[in-house]
Amino acid sequence: MSPLLQVEGLTKHFRLHRDSFLRRGPAPLLRAVDEVSFTVAAGETLGLVGESGCGKSTVGRMLVRLIEPTAGRIEFLGSDLARLSPAALRRRRRDIQIIFQDPFGALNPRMTVAEIVMEPLLIHGARPDEATRARVAALLEHVGLAAHHAGRYPHQFSGGQRQRICIARALALDPKFIVCDEAVSALDISIQAQIVNLLQDLQDEFGLAYLFIAHDLSVVKHISHRVAVMYLGKLVEIADKKSLYATPRHPYTQALLAAVPITNPRDRGRKAVLIGEIPSALDPPTGCRFHTRCPHVMPVCREIEPLLEETAPGHRVACHLE
Amino acid sequence: MSLLAVQGLRTVFAAGRRETAAVDDISFSVAEREVLAVVGESGSGKSVTALSIMGLLPQPGARVAAGSVHFDGQDLLALDERAMRRIRGKGIGMVFQEPMTALHPLFSIGNQLVETIRAHERLSVRAGRERAVAMLRKVGIAAPERRFDDYPHQLSGGMRQRVMIAIALACHPKLLIADEPTTALDVTIQSQILDLLLSLRDELGMALIIVTHNMGVVAEIADRALVMYAGRIVEEAAVEDLFDRPAHPYTRGLLASMPTLDNERRRLQAIPGLPPDPASLPPGCRFAPRCSWQVAACAGAGPALVPASSAAGHTAACLRLGEIAAS
Repeated sequence: MSPLLQVEGLTKHFRLHRDSFLRRGPAPLLRAVDEVSFTVAAGETLGLVGESGCGKSTVGRMLVRLIEPTAGRIEFLGSDLARLSPAALRRRRRDIQIIFQDPFGALNPRMTVAEIVMEPLLIHGARPDEATRARVAALLEHVGLAAHHAGRYPHQFSGGQRQRICIARALALDPKFIVCDEAVSALDISIQAQIVNLLQDLQDEFGLAYLFIAHDLSVVKHISHRVAVMYLGKLVEIADKKSLYATPRHPYTQALLAAVPITNPRDRGRKAVLIGEIPSALDPPTGCRFHTRCPHVMPVCREIEPLLEETAPGHRVACHLE
Repeated sequence: MSLLAVQGLRTVFAAGRRETAAVDDISFSVAEREVLAVVGESGSGKSVTALSIMGLLPQPGARVAAGSVHFDGQDLLALDERAMRRIRGKGIGMVFQEPMTALHPLFSIGNQLVETIRAHERLSVRAGRERAVAMLRKVGIAAPERRFDDYPHQLSGGMRQRVMIAIALACHPKLLIADEPTTALDVTIQSQILDLLLSLRDELGMALIIVTHNMGVVAEIADRALVMYAGRIVEEAAVEDLFDRPAHPYTRGLLASMPTLDNERRRLQAIPGLPPDPASLPPGCRFAPRCSWQVAACAGAGPALVPASSAAGHTAACLRLGEIAAS
């Protein structure tokens, strides 16, 4: 079966301003995302994890072209999103939507909930008639909001409810794929569970595919079918969820999993803390970008960049240890 | 004797002509060298509790309406601002969630550290600098002599939080209050900071109050925990007891709604509904409207904290503890 989304060699380099006008030579180049490739099948959730600055959000934004890729292909439903004209891209966006971390920042404070959810419908040619209003009411009900919420403004809602509004808006055009960029990270734990359940219910009902970007590995494990791990702009490991969590191959994945907070005080003191900090993407380490923090570093790691290679069916790792 | 004893604390915020209580009649204590976690979701009153102890409530707008806070034999609420300043830093240190906003962007980190030290102790600039460098080394900053002159923006989030901890501990307080110290940090850095806090506790012998919404952080470092909901303490227990036999339906709900690495994909047990609006709290138990154990009596007088298990110091505020424990 061909995947719904196929990303090949996706790259984003940001050209920064010189920090001083006296400085000569080219402006610094920030390698936010470097040659990332993955696929997502219809109805599937791919988790994308990594620490701040690893480029995971940049990947999500490039998929919907909120950030223009420097290079690479984004094959989605027979066209390369990276090369679509603005008009064609707008039509295609019916099928690919995004939800952000901060639901308040993503909602216009001067529009009512009904107007917010209706807006994508109007942009894509619906008329503000009874049928459209009924569609909005149905969408609100789907995400667990009541009909009387339709006339209210975003500030009248809690964080979890605002995220429900964002989800209703993303669903308005019956998309096939939704990028969830830290969509539950800002929510309280009891509310987070409600939204995670909602996303799963909607997936079952509409056959949605998700790219679920998050830094919380427990939530990602819960919601994903497959998981990809990024470090400093590079994909270091991608595998079926079971395989990744049971037998992580890349030392970085192993360190990330070890750092997940324990859920029982009796498990204290078992973990190995990863030392050091994430290097700057302005000047990434040579060879394997993780070598400066890797407990298993070998001479070859400092010189040659490991390629992402299949080590078991569906399990790909970029590490010289393999 | 306990190092800190909070009795019947009630902190109110002005809301138009009325006042709403963000913290409503809570009592607890912290022993020397103890790590106490105060857990709760947004709006539970956990940060307001910390600010009330420190005398750092937003002014005007918030005030302590009732209760007492005894620290090391002194009633902090009776102190004037000058005396309170001596307590802050020297007696009680505080670390905030956002190290970037808590540090002054225009002064070097070393400068800010020396300023804190010299505000409390008569030291020469040079001796202050030596202490500051030693402190930076103690919190795990490599090459502290070189980092001394760095500005906050030159540091990563984890490094900034280390600097905050260095400032808070520079005058060796007996108590450190850390309000969500790792929330803004990545998981690998989070575990580094928690380890650091624990090792500093052992080395400097201070007590620690850690305010957090994250049960994982509680499991990781606390000796004892208070669970807060809508301005009240709903459960208090030694941390093993809290995780092994949570008594209050809210605590049980919180633990059940955490996705863990061990369980397979199934629905999370979310707590239905939303926390109450502090301006219109439900009568009686404030968790009752979201509680699956709710009965008519829950809307009566608010339940008091009563022993919740045979474990010492395990209390919870619920009318149906017996039935819940038996379920």
